Parts: sequence; C-alpha cells; structure tokens
Amino acid sequence: MANLHRFANPNRFLRFSRVILPWLAGITALLFIVGLYYALFASPADYQQGETVRIMYVHVPAAWISMFGYSVMAGASATALIWRHPLADITARAAAPIGAGFTLITLATGSLWGKPMWGTWWVWDARLTSVLILFFLYLGHIALSRAFDDPTRGAKAAAVLALVGFVNVPIIKFSVDWWNVLHQPASVSRLAAPAIDPSMLRPLLIMALAFTFYFLTLLLLQIRAELTHRKVRALQLAQASAQ
Amino acid sequence: MNAAFVILRRELHLALRGSGDSATTVLFFILAAILFPFGVGPEASILARIGAGVIWVVALLAAMLSLERMFLTDYEDGSLELLTLAPLPLELVVLAKIAAHWITTGLPLIVATPLLAILFGLPPQAFPILLLTMLIGTPTLSLLGCIGAALTLGARRGGVLIALLVLPLYIPVLIFGVGAIDAAVTGLPVRPHLLILASLLVVALPLCPWAAAAALRQALD
Repeated sequence: MANLHRFANPNRFLRFSRVILPWLAGITALLFIVGLYYALFASPADYQQGETVRIMYVHVPAAWISMFGYSVMAGASATALIWRHPLADITARAAAPIGAGFTLITLATGSLWGKPMWGTWWVWDARLTSVLILFFLYLGHIALSRAFDDPTRGAKAAAVLALVGFVNVPIIKFSVDWWNVLHQPASVSRLAAPAIDPSMLRPLLIMALAFTFYFLTLLLLQIRAELTHRKVRALQLAQASAQ
Repeated sequence: MNAAFVILRRELHLALRGSGDSATTVLFFILAAILFPFGVGPEASILARIGAGVIWVVALLAAMLSLERMFLTDYEDGSLELLTLAPLPLELVVLAKIAAHWITTGLPLIVATPLLAILFGLPPQAFPILLLTMLIGTPTLSLLGCIGAALTLGARRGGVLIALLVLPLYIPVLIFGVGAIDAAVTGLPVRPHLLILASLLVVALPLCPWAAAAALRQALD
C-alpha cells in the first residue's frame, strides 16, 4: 500500500515518469525495429496463408493489448473507487482512448486479413462481435467520463461503467472455445506446447512485447498530458476568479 | 422489505396517474416495427424471416426510451436523496425502481408483441417461444438499463449517452432471444438458448442493482 500511495502525489509522479519515459520510448523503438525485421523479412510465409500471415504480427498483439488496456482501465477504476487514489482516475481516463485505438487496429487488420483468407471483410461470429462490443464499451467510457461539468463526477461514473463492462473481457478470451466460430482458437497461450512454429512465434512474441511497451509509453504520455491539462485548468480558474 | 413494496407502489401510482408513458412506449414499439415492411418491402417470406429479429431490436429500443426518467425526476426534486436516507438498503430501492420500470415498460411490450408477430406473419410455432423469450429477456433489459440511467444522472445529453452505454450491454440478450426463436422455427432445440437467457437474468438480478446503487451514491456524493 505504501508504494501505491507514494505516487499519489502528482509532482512526484511527474518527476518519476519524466525519468522513465525516454527509456520506455527507446525500448519500444528497439523492439519494433527487431520485431518488424523478423515479422517482415526473417520469418517464413505460411504454407496456406502465404505472405498474408504477416498481418497476424500486428493483429494478434493489438488484440492482446486491447484486452490488456481494458484490464488496466478496470483495475485503475477499482483502485480509484476503493482507495480513492487520485492517479488511478487519471490512469483510467488516459487508458480509454489508447485502448480504443488498439481495438480499432485489431478490427481493421482483422478485416484486411479476413478479406483474402475468409473471402469477407466481416463475419458476425462471437469473437469478432465481442471485440466490436469492447470497442463500443471504450467509446461509451470516453463519452461518459467527459459528459459531466464536474470532471470528478465523470471519472466516478466512468469507473463504475469500466467495472461493469469488464464482463466482456473473459467473453472475448473464451469466445473461440465456447462457440463454434470462424475465428481460429487460441494457439499461443495453451497449457500444452504452442501450436505455432518457433520461426513464427519469435516475431509474434517480440511484436507483442513491442506493443506492450508502446502501450505503456502512450499511457504515461497521456497521464502526463492529463495532469498538465488539469494544472492549466486550475490556473485558468484561479485567473478568472482573480479578475 | 415492506418499504420496497411501498416504493414500488409509489412508482406504479406515479406511472398510472402520469402522462401515459407506457402507452407512448408501446406506440413507439409498434410504429418503429411497422417501418420495416416499408423499408424492406412487403414480401411475406422476408418479413417472416426477419420478424423475430425486428421485434426484438425494436423492443430493446423501446425499453431504452423510458430509462432516462427512471431516476431523473426523483434526482431533480430531491426525493432521491431522501430515498438514500431511508432505513432500507439503496439496492432494494433500486430493485423496486427496476421492477416498476419492467411493469410499466416490459410488460406492455410483451402484451403488444403478438400483434406485431401477426403483422410480420411469424410461423405459429414461434409465437410461444417469442413470448417466452420476451418474458425472460425484458427484465434483464430493465436491470441493465438501470445501470445506464444511474450512471448518466446529471450528465449533459443524458438520453443519448444512455443509448451508447446500454446498447452494447443489451447485445447478449438480443442474440439469445432471437437465437431461441430461430431455433424454434427451424426445429432445433430451443432449451439451451432459453437457459442462457435465464442465466443472464439470474446473474443480472443481484449484480445490476448493486452496481446501479454504487453509481447513484457517486451521483449524490
């Protein structure tokens, strides 16, 4: 708990994040260079899918991050509601647009892949539908958190919504097992050995790591921007009341 | 427990003496569904095929219409704060409100459903299943919608916002409601769909009042 409250002080958090932000950004860039090299050049084309398989190296990490982002948002929301941690509210608010962006990337790359492979941009199967619902949950969260004149009221309402919408995350994860769908079942996170060749698993995992660091970099940037925004707002209010 | 029934009675009295919200909702339900034969053409085979889905979708929208008023009037005149001070859990107050919403919205929709089923020429074997899915599904709509109503209390453009929040949550009910009817029409087993629909209701029944009460407490803070 002591650690949790250490960063409740925005200034301490700003100092801390200023130090680690360049590192995060650097690691992200490095991972992307290596990951994209493996994904685009140093990995074989699939025997069935041909070169199209390379879309997977963007699609799958983006999908993981879209769920990870929602989990971060829900966790931050729970922290905000239970411990009234001031940064948790800001984290949840900052994670929503980023998560929505990754979900959009997931949906877009998925349909780009689906057109040559399945012969259609979109099918209404459980996996695709639940990811689409995730996208709308993100949008609803963004709209709700900005719909009140009092920002703290918006943050609290959005926190409750984030927790309610969390039921969708396990549904996305297990939709391929529960329903008979067109989307392929999990092939990496299985109890047995992954059903994917090491030559393709390597770029996939590097790209997943790159996306994770990318998400963290963006999140930190967004939190800093939000903190600065609040400072500006407070200054403007002070200025207005002084006149 | 008695106090919850008193609140339920109050809500029903208000609805009955009020401006006829239920009648407006049912009218919207029928009118919106009638637009579809004009939109897709009056061909009987198409209408029979899409009828169940149209009726369910329009029912979702109609159930959503009256959500905004669930807490708003009480919030504005201050009686909501009195209700939170009342010596019964806020969750029970919310549950009474949900029950009142279902009786004034869900039930009239179910009564009007056979009319639409006839207009769309649904196969006779689908009728009982359609009514059964509505009977199990519409309480879940009231329960989920209550969260949206509580969250948007005091928001700008609350009504539009409710739609954005609540419609994604309504999708599972829609999928399994229509799934059961399609199964009945094609002669497949209906039971699994109905069981999932019932399980949605059973899960929503304790969780939704809890979440909505939490949202209300935040709104009144």
